[in-house]
Amino acid sequence: MATTYQTTPEAAAEEPVNYLNVEHGWKSWLFTTDHKRIAMLYVFSITLMFLIGGSFAMLIRLHLTQPQGLFPPEVYNRLFTMHGVVMVFFFLVPSIPATLGNFLLPMMIGAKDLAFPRVNLLSWYLYIIGAIFAVFVVARGGVDTGWTFYAPYSTTYSNSYVLSAAMGVFVAGFSSILTGLNFIVTVHKMRAPGMSWMRMPLFVWAHYATGLIQILGTPVVAIALVLVGVEKVMHVGIFDPNVGGDPILFQHIFWFYSHPAVYIMILPGMGVISEVIACFARKRPFGYEFIAASSMAIAILSFLVWGHHMFITGQSVYTGIVFSFLSFFVAVPSAVKVFNWTATMYKGSVTFESPMLYAFAFIGLFTIGGLTGLFLSTMATDVALHGTYFVVAHFHFVMVGGMVVAFLAGIHFWWPKMTGRMYSEPWARFAALMIFVGFNLTFLPQFVLGYLGMPRRYAAYPPEFQVLNVLSTAGASVLGFSLLIPIVYLIYAWKYGPKAGNNPWQAKGLEWEIQSPPTTFNFDETPTVTEEAYNYGPLEEKQVA
Amino acid sequence: MWANSYRFLADLPFAATIASKEAGEIDLLWWFLCAVSLVMTVVIFVGVVFFAFKYRKKPGVDPVPVHGSNFLEITWSVIPFIVMLVMFWWGADLFFAAETPPKDAEEIFVVGKQWMWKVQYPDGNREINALHVPVGQAVKLTLASEDVIHSFSMPAFRVRHDVVPGQYDSLWFRPTKAGHYRIFCTEYCGDRHSQMIGFVDVLDQDSYNAWASGGTGGTLADQGQQLFTQNGCSTCHLLNEQGRCPILKNLYNHPVQLNDGRTVIADDAYLRESILQPNAKIVNGFEANVMPNFQGQLSEENVIQLIAYIKSLSSQTATASQVGALPTNGPQVPAPGKKQSAATKATALQPAQQ
Repeated sequence: MATTYQTTPEAAAEEPVNYLNVEHGWKSWLFTTDHKRIAMLYVFSITLMFLIGGSFAMLIRLHLTQPQGLFPPEVYNRLFTMHGVVMVFFFLVPSIPATLGNFLLPMMIGAKDLAFPRVNLLSWYLYIIGAIFAVFVVARGGVDTGWTFYAPYSTTYSNSYVLSAAMGVFVAGFSSILTGLNFIVTVHKMRAPGMSWMRMPLFVWAHYATGLIQILGTPVVAIALVLVGVEKVMHVGIFDPNVGGDPILFQHIFWFYSHPAVYIMILPGMGVISEVIACFARKRPFGYEFIAASSMAIAILSFLVWGHHMFITGQSVYTGIVFSFLSFFVAVPSAVKVFNWTATMYKGSVTFESPMLYAFAFIGLFTIGGLTGLFLSTMATDVALHGTYFVVAHFHFVMVGGMVVAFLAGIHFWWPKMTGRMYSEPWARFAALMIFVGFNLTFLPQFVLGYLGMPRRYAAYPPEFQVLNVLSTAGASVLGFSLLIPIVYLIYAWKYGPKAGNNPWQAKGLEWEIQSPPTTFNFDETPTVTEEAYNYGPLEEKQVA
Repeated sequence: MWANSYRFLADLPFAATIASKEAGEIDLLWWFLCAVSLVMTVVIFVGVVFFAFKYRKKPGVDPVPVHGSNFLEITWSVIPFIVMLVMFWWGADLFFAAETPPKDAEEIFVVGKQWMWKVQYPDGNREINALHVPVGQAVKLTLASEDVIHSFSMPAFRVRHDVVPGQYDSLWFRPTKAGHYRIFCTEYCGDRHSQMIGFVDVLDQDSYNAWASGGTGGTLADQGQQLFTQNGCSTCHLLNEQGRCPILKNLYNHPVQLNDGRTVIADDAYLRESILQPNAKIVNGFEANVMPNFQGQLSEENVIQLIAYIKSLSSQTATASQVGALPTNGPQVPAPGKKQSAATKATALQPAQQ
């Protein structure tokens, strides 16, 4: 076995003591410092925010079935802004790190908790405070600047709740910083004996890289939002040229964070996919070192490409050329990952359980999302496509086709570990298929719309674009409905599902060698690691107890 | 000629309208990117499906440990990177050309404000949400914003540029096909952002001449001269002798020595700044705080008129500031839809010619 750890012989009790049943009552949850309980708090909070953001998406697509729209433009502008703000800052950024990362990272390296358990709880409270600001903004009538808060519109002209929304994002940013800090320190200081860097699961590598971006990038967007507040409240000229400011300065500061932030929103998903494919192909990931190194390369290069959002703002042509060139560089490590995942199946023993279906969907959708990114790094085509639905489709392929699908892959993979129960596999496969179909029907037409020139953030559009918009809305209906299915059967499984056992997938990794659900401190004694990660062999036939 | 060589692109499925040679060139690059993406997508999809089925779990067949291959890693890093270098170079090359207007470009001024495009022609004509240009004539648009960031987009020509308050932006295009094409604002600018749209009419030369003829309140430079007097500029900026402020004759596009030792070129951006914030740059030998700030006093349209006047004082640019670049001796028939009153009517609801 990989470790010296042995499962304690279980008592006759039906449900052994675990992190879920060790304590009861709301206080035991709200004052917990257990990384697993905090992860579950996050699971519920971000799912709630996802439902709010998703409802906005449904209303957006409903509105766009008619060229003149169904709602007044003021309402539509608030809908797409709140959709973006909620989904980016309150779902995508915390999605995998705060839930699966929080839950699994300590277990995967043989630790009993994260390095700073109280700071971990603080990060959840900060997230909740930020989310309350966001919900307050929604309740009071919304914000209409777009999730990018571009100045001087946000600082001078918008009469919506810009300050409250910016405050929510600002506070939630600190939640993200604390999560990243915790991961970095934990990986450096709390690896079990024998868990060398090159034995770490790729999930941990991905989260380490994510942590670096979180602590280096997030403070910068916080500065940008504070400056928006300063200009708006005290009328100090920072971004508004009428009072001596520079509108382009805002975009530099904003994208310096927000481009790396898209990698906060995808790297953890890549980590999940590496784990899932290895397990269901029964193989060590092809080119482990290259996948790990590509995560680090992405984290570093992501800080050098922000100017590709600004080719047409009047920045120097030469500046644009450098940013275009560097943007192609960052595509290489992403491509390396896709090739390695595909090659991992070579001479494997592939099975098709629902987490693997999501992983297949991820590879396909992320590939398209990545390739369409090249159209936007290429300067001449960016001029034609900038600000159109092509951009919308591109980042939804990466953010939804990538991160949301990876989140679902991970939740399906580790749900038996998190709850001790198994969900309905037929329902899970059905949902995976429907999500894939609905997603493509929603966003493939938007690539065509963008190429034909339809601008994004338009409450009304020329009639020649209606057919493709109706197609997209039809897809969104399928997608929206399909995304609700897992919520139902996963909660049902937690209550009524059959016991999953400690390792239903016969997966490798320290988290699979302990009880499901785990005990509060994960390991009774610290394990010692004696072999490489992913030492997969053939699937053993299930033994009848 | 060039436009014709890309005509086949317009026949491809889902092809968008191509109304200039440059749009065809960008579309060729677009289809190249599409082809590369399609090949890559097929490679990955086929790879995933093929491996998943060929190596699906079979009784008696165990997975074989394969740890990786440096050769493969280098191959699938370097080959895509080389292909991407082609994209980079091709895209940067076209972008560079799109940033450099040809010498014969006619300059038209466009001011964006919530939520309309105000167009000023050198001959003094003005319109809102409409632009008229003759086929075959290169046109340089100088873009300014009164309030927030807008973005001027004409999909049929694959041109777009942000219109940032506080600076001049520009783009150029040379229509090769007469028609009625859409103008969009593509940077979110507030409540009526989606109504900040219009049309560009590309007319054959005769129709254009008919449209452009007829007098208004003088050329853009004439309008600027009026402002120059009304705002009292002429009391200090004397025409032929040194007053309290610099002489503006032959100033445009010439070097100016500043009192901090720098030398700058008196281009549009310099003139705009010196009108709105005169103390930002002081010409060598002159005092600061002589001229009042016109920031907030003059609209962007007024500034454009004043700059046109200053340009007209400079002999070498005399032709560019007048309609003289175009033959104006066409038939003098008043055309419908021309000039302020008619052209300001909302043309937004007409369907575009596709």
